[in-house]
Amino acid sequence: MHINIKYFGQIAEITNTEEESLELNGRLVSELLEILNQKYNKLKSIDFQVAQNQELVSIETELTGAEIALLPPFAGG
Amino acid sequence: MKDKKPKSVFKEGAITSDFIGNSIYKHQTKTSIGAHNIFLGQVRADEIDGKTVSAIEYTAYEDMANQKFHEIRESAFAKFDLTCMHIYHSLGTVKAGEICLFVFVSSPRRKVVFEALEFIVEAIKADVPVFGKEIFEDESHQWKVNS
Repeated sequence: MHINIKYFGQIAEITNTEEESLELNGRLVSELLEILNQKYNKLKSIDFQVAQNQELVSIETELTGAEIALLPPFAGG
Repeated sequence: MKDKKPKSVFKEGAITSDFIGNSIYKHQTKTSIGAHNIFLGQVRADEIDGKTVSAIEYTAYEDMANQKFHEIRESAFAKFDLTCMHIYHSLGTVKAGEICLFVFVSSPRRKVVFEALEFIVEAIKADVPVFGKEIFEDESHQWKVNS
């Protein structure tokens, strides 16, 4: 499965990019996160939520191929 | 007529007092309104470990944020008897003392606007993916978290 991933705020600082695409065999959000944790060591120390297709999802959610975003704590207003 | 069109919420840089004043002026033609209420979020010069915040640089997951702003609007109109409602949030750099969030609600009666404004501001803080980089005077930074 081909997945487009967006990074924001402190996460984008760690990944050093705001967006990337990955080829993935896994089925769940948690499997994608395992790969990203290996790729970006410092991710483990950061608090973040995951959105799929612009909705927050749990890590047990199945990947649909829609856009994934890693969102650090919100700071609007 | 209720004002429910999707609008652009984000503005580059600080929200000026001219812009805010002009928004109030524009409502003088809507004479069913009896009460306005306004929330202005201002960048605070917090002192953290001896360093002072001089600005916040805002970024957002804009597609999702606009969707969330739209949902907040819809639920506010469903919950409260509002004549109209406007939300503006800054992107980019906003200096300490400048305005980064402007929420403006109007209704025929006053009680509604007090409740509606709090509901909307709290929902924005909790649900909208906006991120803030607090820039210190020495140009170092840390990431803001809403409490």
